[in-house]
Amino acid sequence: MDKMPKWADVVLIPLISLILAAILSALVILAIGENPVEAVNLMVTGALGSTYGWGYTLYYATNFMFTGLAVAVAFHARLFNIGGEGQAMLGGLGVAIVCLYIPWPHWSIALLAACAASMLFGAAWAAIPAYLQAKRGSHIVITTIMFNFIAAAFLNYMLVNVMRPQGSQDPATARFPEAVHLPTFQSMFSTAENAVFKGAPANISFFVAILACFVVWALIWRTRLGYEIRAYGHSETGAVYAGISPVRITIVAMLISGALAGLMATNNVMGEAERLVLNSTEGAGFIGIAVALMGRSHPFGVFVAALLFGFLYQGGAELALWTSIPRELIVVIQALVILFTGALDNMVRMPLEKLFLGLRKGAE
Amino acid sequence: MDIFVTLIQVLDSTIRLATPLLLACLAGLYSERAGIFDIGLEGKMLMAAFFSAAVAAVTGSVWLGLLAGIASSLVLSGLHGLASITFRGNQLISGVAINFLASGLTVLIAQSWFKQGGRTPSLFGGGRFESAEFPYAIGPEDAELTGQPVSELMSDANSIHMVYSELLSGHSILVYVAFLMVPLTWWVLFRTRFGLRLRAVGENPAAVDTAGVSVVGLRFAAVAICGVLCGIAGAYLATALQAGFVKEMTAGRGFIALAALIFAKWRPWHAMWACLLFGLLQAIALRFQNIDLGGVVIPVQAMDALPYILTVVILAGFVGKAVPPRAGGEPYVKER
Repeated sequence: MDKMPKWADVVLIPLISLILAAILSALVILAIGENPVEAVNLMVTGALGSTYGWGYTLYYATNFMFTGLAVAVAFHARLFNIGGEGQAMLGGLGVAIVCLYIPWPHWSIALLAACAASMLFGAAWAAIPAYLQAKRGSHIVITTIMFNFIAAAFLNYMLVNVMRPQGSQDPATARFPEAVHLPTFQSMFSTAENAVFKGAPANISFFVAILACFVVWALIWRTRLGYEIRAYGHSETGAVYAGISPVRITIVAMLISGALAGLMATNNVMGEAERLVLNSTEGAGFIGIAVALMGRSHPFGVFVAALLFGFLYQGGAELALWTSIPRELIVVIQALVILFTGALDNMVRMPLEKLFLGLRKGAE
Repeated sequence: MDIFVTLIQVLDSTIRLATPLLLACLAGLYSERAGIFDIGLEGKMLMAAFFSAAVAAVTGSVWLGLLAGIASSLVLSGLHGLASITFRGNQLISGVAINFLASGLTVLIAQSWFKQGGRTPSLFGGGRFESAEFPYAIGPEDAELTGQPVSELMSDANSIHMVYSELLSGHSILVYVAFLMVPLTWWVLFRTRFGLRLRAVGENPAAVDTAGVSVVGLRFAAVAICGVLCGIAGAYLATALQAGFVKEMTAGRGFIALAALIFAKWRPWHAMWACLLFGLLQAIALRFQNIDLGGVVIPVQAMDALPYILTVVILAGFVGKAVPPRAGGEPYVKER
């Protein structure tokens, strides 16, 4: 018998955690001498009040969907992939190589190739920690953290010493050729008399992200491999008894996770920057952790949580522009969401379980 | 002689750079030996760095700053303890949250208090830890007396005097505290009853519980010690190594300390050597940028990445095996 109805686990607990995080964030805003209500108003108008705001919100949400899905898939196999940041960086390298060194006739073929390259590079960067966890028992959290730093150093080296165009001081690659520029929402949805999403970076990879959500859902709940991943995450001994190889599942789950994180580069590198710069990921790999926790590792939950964080990011940028509240407020909110939905989960869960048990006894 | 002078200077900077690593590493040692994984070392250091610099800037007293730094780090430790011991949450996720909390809050509060783009005012005079001069060591006082710069006096001195003046003398008091913490930690962990229990609670908490000792109490004690040491580490960064707080000033040191802890296989003396090694790598990277070894150029990024690569190699078990405390990362559930 479950202690709680399913809807409470899926909706109520994340909601309460979110409200707790929001209350604390409001207190933080009050403490630095600003008005929380005004701040929320500004964030809403800034992020959702215009197609321009939406364009940014959806752009950020695209990033977070990829990294959120990456963390979520690993969570299903009870692996904590904290290395989304590094995997996304390497994905960017893959995209840059594909876009710079191969002359593509049309963006659509280039996008397919970029997807393949970013997934390959992201998965490759996850492969070593995955192998070490599966075969040598090295803790995946520590190795993926280390690989984030190694990725940053490696990318720094590639940009400064190898891929930087001659005569340029900027540690970045050259601009990608015109042919591989992805269509933005502006060019897709604007009509002759009515320009929408003007200047916003949201682009076609948003739909790639939604596709990825569907694919991950199908993979986890509709395939044999997904069943094996969930079974392994639920109980390792049970999975071994059923003939599921822990080594295989660990490696496969991490490869998928790394590939999803790498895919993010189609949005931020190919879609927005149109060249590879230092720190192109801007912490999106870590936000994936918050997104996956809040979304309860379900692709639909990840989708909703990514939209929420997209809103927070764009809203936070607007706040920083119009008030004296710095952008770092978003980092605090993100930390509180991780804290309440992740680490302090039991603090919300235990009283609720008692409540529902009490209600059920009362009903009988 | 020039090479010798350079060597001494690099080693001197090694000691300075190894100090925050060592303090954070020993902090992690206490926590992880008690079975509480802590990837929030970075966040605690950052928080302490900010509050120590902020209080030192406002009051002009570095000692009050140190206390404030320790207190702020302890608050985060308490949060980690609450999440991972009391509510039996995931220790790794809690650590991640603490890192972000510190990274966001420090800038937010710094901007609100000082309005200098997320930094504190520069510290001077009593707001900073001054370097302790040993007797007969060459220092700024001699320079004033003779009217020659310290570097000139240094190169005139004989080598033993130079090592004494540059390497041993002239550091902030926190450097000596950090290095004295190594034997102290060894003694506490391996020669006292508290240490035995602390290690036992990281290996087999059920046995400790059966013996009638509080698992929760011991783990909270370990987490608190971790908080104090991270606090000192952060205060050292902002008030001794540098003069004031800047955004993200820990720059991954908490993770290098974590790497050093694994490298040292959770042992105090080895932790010191690991931190000195990683400090040396930082010192070399700081001084030389790209190193030319007879045609083969080692890029500075390779030096930056080396601590992490070494840790992965150690974790992989190719060079000795790093086995963490057995109950590490798992909340203890008392049987009913």
